[in-house]
Amino acid sequence: MTKKHSDDDGHKKNTSTEDSKPLQDPSRRKFVKNTGMIAGGVVGGSLLGGLLTNEFKSKSNENPSNQEHNERFQEARQFFSRYEDFLVLAAATERIFPKDDNGPGAIELGVPYFIDKQLAGRWGINGRDYRHAPFMQQSSKKVDNSNAQVEQLILNRGEIFIQGLRKMNQLSENRFKTTFDKADEDQQIEILKDFDDGKVKMNGVPSKSFFILLRQSTLEGAYADPLYGGNKNMEGWKMKNFPGAQASYANVVEEDDFVKMEPMSLNDYQQH
Amino acid sequence: MVKKLDKVDVVTVGSGWSGGIVAAELSKKGYQVLVLERGQYKKQEDFVGTKDELRFSLRYDLMQDLSKDTITSRNYMDEKALPVRNNDQARLGSNTGGAGVHWNGISFRWLPYDFEIYSKTVERYGKEKIPDEVTIQDWGITYDELEPYYDRFEKTAGISGEENPIGPKRSDKYPTPPMKDTTAIRLFKKATKELGYHPYHMPSANVTETYENPDGETINACMYCAFCEEYGCDFGAKADPIITVLATAEKTGNYEIRNEATVVRVLHDGNRATGVVYVDTNTGEEYEQPADLVVLAGFVFTNTRLLLLSKIGRPYDPTTGKGVIGKNFTGHFSNLSTYVGARGYFEDKKFNTFMGTGALGATIDDFSGDNMDHTDLDFLHGFEVHYSQLGARPIANNQVPEGTPTWGKEFKEKSLHYTYRNLFITPQSGYTPKKHNYMDLDPTYKDFLGNPLLRVTCKYTDQDRNLSRKGISICKEIMEKMGADIVDTDEISDDVEFNHAYYTDHFLGGVIMGSDPETSAVNTYSQMWDMENLFVVGGSSFPHNSNYNPTGTIGAFAYRAADGMIKYLDNGGGLVEKGK
Repeated sequence: MTKKHSDDDGHKKNTSTEDSKPLQDPSRRKFVKNTGMIAGGVVGGSLLGGLLTNEFKSKSNENPSNQEHNERFQEARQFFSRYEDFLVLAAATERIFPKDDNGPGAIELGVPYFIDKQLAGRWGINGRDYRHAPFMQQSSKKVDNSNAQVEQLILNRGEIFIQGLRKMNQLSENRFKTTFDKADEDQQIEILKDFDDGKVKMNGVPSKSFFILLRQSTLEGAYADPLYGGNKNMEGWKMKNFPGAQASYANVVEEDDFVKMEPMSLNDYQQH
Repeated sequence: MVKKLDKVDVVTVGSGWSGGIVAAELSKKGYQVLVLERGQYKKQEDFVGTKDELRFSLRYDLMQDLSKDTITSRNYMDEKALPVRNNDQARLGSNTGGAGVHWNGISFRWLPYDFEIYSKTVERYGKEKIPDEVTIQDWGITYDELEPYYDRFEKTAGISGEENPIGPKRSDKYPTPPMKDTTAIRLFKKATKELGYHPYHMPSANVTETYENPDGETINACMYCAFCEEYGCDFGAKADPIITVLATAEKTGNYEIRNEATVVRVLHDGNRATGVVYVDTNTGEEYEQPADLVVLAGFVFTNTRLLLLSKIGRPYDPTTGKGVIGKNFTGHFSNLSTYVGARGYFEDKKFNTFMGTGALGATIDDFSGDNMDHTDLDFLHGFEVHYSQLGARPIANNQVPEGTPTWGKEFKEKSLHYTYRNLFITPQSGYTPKKHNYMDLDPTYKDFLGNPLLRVTCKYTDQDRNLSRKGISICKEIMEKMGADIVDTDEISDDVEFNHAYYTDHFLGGVIMGSDPETSAVNTYSQMWDMENLFVVGGSSFPHNSNYNPTGTIGAFAYRAADGMIKYLDNGGGLVEKGK
């Protein structure tokens, strides 16, 4: 409990253990804040480019049309107050679902904003879950179901994300002397593997459980209807040849050849 | 202060298929029926345009809100049970129409063997074939006696189907033609035929042509749109209680549904139910609703729990085997059945699996029930092997062959490559009841109104694991015959145990039927032996679980229960079927 509280404020951390090492240089954070980038998350000029991942720069030097700008109003953080946490999230999701010859990766698809919005809502606080004490783990050792472990945690999903992302960053600082988002791809992958293998010591949640949550949320952001802020321009669906919300396949369901269709989002479908 | 309301003829708890059928049949006969439903009010328009995988398949919009009420679960009697806290672990129905809204629409008939499972097992293999802990018992009814009720349910729901070549006899054909074929279904049928099995299209409530049921309700034709199970139907093309029986009840003028009304007790005076107490969950106020006839038509957990909370019937004691309420908890368990099987990867073939619907698929009955000879097998009951084309939605459909990383570059590449190049077949196996699998009230955890949660105690036996292994081996055989380049199969280890996952929504027992009041809670009309004007309807009355989905049989028994209630009310009392 005390650790959770101290995590909320990096300034209070003054011990040298890995768990409570300061995440970043406070002066840098202040600098970032003062530039106003917190509001948009998209870099406006070359001056600050070095602080951010390349992926976020993609729209940097163009004058966006009104329409593009309107879309970007939704790209602001509801849940993550520290930009640093968001950058770690972005980098981690990109490693899980990277850009490749098939098409965009997690960042271009809007996955980090998708996760931010999900955590800001009912899902992030486990609003539909039974949340009464006592909280315990199943005593039976034979349970093969990862859901069964995570469901008994006292931490909610938002708290798990914050703790997990900060832990990722700490590991990167300790091992590679750089923040997670600046670490090399191989270094990021090494850290993520440790989480996936359950090797990282976390407080109140197995690192494997956090990783499962992170992986699942990344796939959700890549493939959920674009209304949630991910799967931008239906690019996730286009890669997957998923046609989205279609009124009917009754005329083609018997076809033997693969049927390719232009995807339709709920934005179009619900206006019918 | 409990406010007492005016008496009604019939009060029903729950508005799913069981409650809906009872409401329709009794209101048609002129009885005033009040349905109390704890979930929200829903109508068909609520499902229009809801093709949203995240909201319905991942955030469980239609499922029970567990923040208010759930169950607890454990394996062994000396353990503390823990609450089932989130919907990843429990997909239970809610709202008007109950689980009848989000169901796949698979509507099987069970086997003659199922209803006489004890007698037929003893007759064929001798008494010693039944292990001590297995508490199978006859249901007190035969398939032939139940058949007319199956026929009624299938006609209400417009079930589409293909004659099962080795199925039990039918008095009439399916009301609508079978669903369409797809490449994958054709491949499954061809492979199973070549292996000497008898494939047929699964019977489906995704109705294949515009259909008017005997009550005059219209069900539209299925569009194969891929948003079916876990979803309400966009088109009114999947039979559910809202567009059929509840609509019929509404037209009589004798029916009312009150939503957001959580029933907390059945009131009784001696051996007579006098009504129910419910809480209006908008205001927190308690109401007493008197009625001549009280019907519990909730899910297994609701029915069992309400009886225990109301101190009606004799609670089951697993140490002595005496008592009945809570006895014979069974189900389809996702790490033994339904979600395990064989997945095949095909390098040269892309299937249109993004199209589909909840009950589109084919199955074989060659291993169902007692259709295979169990003489040399170390288990009872069987499995149906099916291929289902549900519609491969993109968040859930990222399968890769075993040994592939589950994230990163290679995962992305392969999950995209195999998206439409993989097929899954599964054995859905029967589950025999065990002495040690039961339900009672939890000593620790309570719901949002302060009432104890129901506790499930369930562990597997070697017989359960053996049955599952046999099923998976047949899946593997079929998938290889289908020509998959890679076949991955699930392993059932010796220590695999019930994992507290209530995914399938196929859970049964607790208020079981029979012909002997010593070993059953209700007669085959779902009428309580101990309380003649209390009927407990639904899957709670099933003494064991077959290898088939339960809804068709739940519908059939609900029609039979409604007949019993009408008989009871017309006769002015009495048991409509006497105990032996």
